[in-house]
Amino acid sequence: MFKSTANRLEMPGKSKLGFFAKVKKYRTLLCMCLPSTLFFLFFSYLPLPGIWVAFVKYNYQKGIFGSKFVGLQNFEFMMQSGKLWTLTRNTILYNLAFIILGNLFAVFMAILLNEISSKLFKKVSQTMMFLPYFISHVLIGVLVFNFLNYDTGFVNTVLSNLGLERWQPYADPYCWPAILIFIYLWQQSGYNSVVYFAAIMGIDGEIIEASRVDGANAFQKIRYIILPSLRPTIVILLLFALGGIVKGNFGLFYNIVGTNSLLYETTDIIETFVYRASVTDFNFSTASAVGFYQSLIGFVIVMTVNFIVKKIEPDYSLF
Amino acid sequence: MFNKKESIKKPHTIKVKLGVSDIIVRGLGYVITSIYALACIFPFLVILGSSFSSESYLNLHGVQLIPGEFSTEAYHAVIKSGLIWKSYIVTILLTVVGTSIGLSIIAMTGYALQRKDFPFRNVISFYIYFTSLFSAGLAPYYLIMTQFYKLKDSYFAILLPLLMSPWLIILMKNFVKSIPHEITESGKIDGAGDMKIFTALILPMLKPALATIGLFLALGYWNEWYQSSLFLSSRVDVKPLQYMLYETVNKTEALKSTVAGQYVVITDIPSNTVKMATAMLATGPIVLLYPFVQKYFISGITVGAVKG
Repeated sequence: MFKSTANRLEMPGKSKLGFFAKVKKYRTLLCMCLPSTLFFLFFSYLPLPGIWVAFVKYNYQKGIFGSKFVGLQNFEFMMQSGKLWTLTRNTILYNLAFIILGNLFAVFMAILLNEISSKLFKKVSQTMMFLPYFISHVLIGVLVFNFLNYDTGFVNTVLSNLGLERWQPYADPYCWPAILIFIYLWQQSGYNSVVYFAAIMGIDGEIIEASRVDGANAFQKIRYIILPSLRPTIVILLLFALGGIVKGNFGLFYNIVGTNSLLYETTDIIETFVYRASVTDFNFSTASAVGFYQSLIGFVIVMTVNFIVKKIEPDYSLF
Repeated sequence: MFNKKESIKKPHTIKVKLGVSDIIVRGLGYVITSIYALACIFPFLVILGSSFSSESYLNLHGVQLIPGEFSTEAYHAVIKSGLIWKSYIVTILLTVVGTSIGLSIIAMTGYALQRKDFPFRNVISFYIYFTSLFSAGLAPYYLIMTQFYKLKDSYFAILLPLLMSPWLIILMKNFVKSIPHEITESGKIDGAGDMKIFTALILPMLKPALATIGLFLALGYWNEWYQSSLFLSSRVDVKPLQYMLYETVNKTEALKSTVAGQYVVITDIPSNTVKMATAMLATGPIVLLYPFVQKYFISGITVGAVKG
C-alpha cells in the first residue's frame, strides 16, 4: 500500500535535498498533516506504553509504572482458568460465521437485486434494507429484548397466541450463537450487498447479451458470468475480514447480551470481557493482558495473511 | 413459455425472450427481496406500534404490532421530563462540531498524503495505517484518558476520539486520487501556495467526498454510546442521546438478568412503553433522514472497498 510511485515521479535532483531542506520546502503540506498526526499520537501511540499494566499488579495509588512487576502472572492466570481459550474460541467462531455467512448472503442478495427490473421496487427495497445499518447498537439491543424477553416479548406473544409454549432464550446460552448470527445478518446484509451489487453492475452488458444469444439460461448466467466476475471482490473482502478475525463486534454483543452472566459461556467475546474487567471490575491488569494478547494475535494474523496473499496474488495484498 | 408481448414490443433489441429460468429467478428476486426488506423494518414497526400502547395492556398482552389500547402517555412522560431535549442539544452540538473539525482535518491529510511530490507521504501514511494494525487495547486507553488527559466526565472524551479513523483517511485518499495531479500543477504554475491550491482548487472538487465522509462522521457521533459509557459517570446530568437511551433501558438490568418471572421492585424504573418511546424519539431523526443520504454511504462503500 505504501510502496507508491512517489520516488519515480519526483523531479531529478529534488530527492537530493537534505531532510531539513525538505521539511522547509514542504512545511505547508506537513502542517496539513499535523492535526491528524497529533490525533494518532495522543489516542493511539501514547497509550501503547500503558500496555505495561499487563505485566504489573496494578495499584491505583502507585500508578501504572509504580505498581509491582509480576511478569507474566496475569497471562498465566487467564490461561490456567481456561477463560482465555473460551474467549478466543467464541470470538473467532462468531467472526468466522459472520464472515462466511455474511458474504454468502450478501452475494445472494446482490444477485437477486440485480434480477429485479422495476427501478422503483429496487430503490424502495434497498432503502428498507439499509435501515438496520443506520440505527445504533443500543436500539438494536432494545429491539432484540422486546422481541425475545419471556414476559412481553413479541415472539412469545405470538407463540402464546398460537397456543404454543413460551420460549425463554435469556436463560438458555445454547440458542445464542444462532440468534446473534441471525441479528448480524439482519443488520449488515443490506449494507454488505451494495459492494457486490456495484460489482455486478460493473460487468460488461455485452457479455450477458452474448450469452443470451448463445442460449444461456438465467442459472447459467449467474453460474458462469456473474459469480466468476465477483470472485476478486469476494477474495478482497474475505481477506480484509480475515485480518480482523480476533476483533469482536463489541457494540452488538454488549447491547444484546449485556451483563447476563448466564449466557457468557457461549456469548462472551474478548471485547466484552475486557470491557467488564476494566469498567466494572477495575481489574486493569487482567484487562490489559487480554487486550495485549488480542492485539498481538491480530497483528500476527494480518501479517501472515498479507504475506501469503502477496506470494499468491500480489494484487490482492493489503500493503 | 415465452413472453410474446415483450418480443413484439421491442423487436430491435436482442434481449427479448424471457425463458422459464429467467422468470423463476426474477420471481425469486422479487419474493426474497420483499421478505428481507420487510424483515429489516419489521422490528422497528413493532416497537413503534407498541410504544403507542397503554402500559397495562402491554404488560398483559405483550408486544404487538398494532396497539390494543391506543395511548400517547409514554410520549407525554418522556417529553415532560425534558431530559430528552437536553440530550438532543448535546448530541447535535457534538455532531456538528465533531463532524466539521474531523472533516477538515481528514480532507487536509487526505490531500497532502496523495500529493505525489510530498516526500513524507509514505512515512505518514504508514504511521496512520499502523494504528489499525496494532493498538494498546481498552485498559491502557482508558487509563491514559482518565488519568493523564483528565477527560473523565468531560464531553471532550466523546468529541475527540471520534474525530477520525485510519479508514476514513484512506477513504479520503481514494477520493483525492481521482483528481488529476495536473490541477495541483496548474495552481503551482499560477504561483499559488499549497494551502491556496487545496482550498481554492481541490476542495470544490471534493464535494462528494466531503458529503460521504461527513455523513460517516455524523452517523458516528449521532449513534455514539461507547465513549460515553466509558467516560461519563452519573456526575454528568445530560448524556448524549444514545447513551441516555442505554441508561433508560438498562435501569432494569436486574430484571433483564434474572430468569423470567422474578421482578425487582425499584420505584423509578421507567415503564416498558416509556423505554420504547425513548427509543423511538432517539432514533427518529435518523429514520427520517437516512433515505435522503444513503446514496453517499453507497459511494463510500464502493470507493472504500478499493484499497488505499
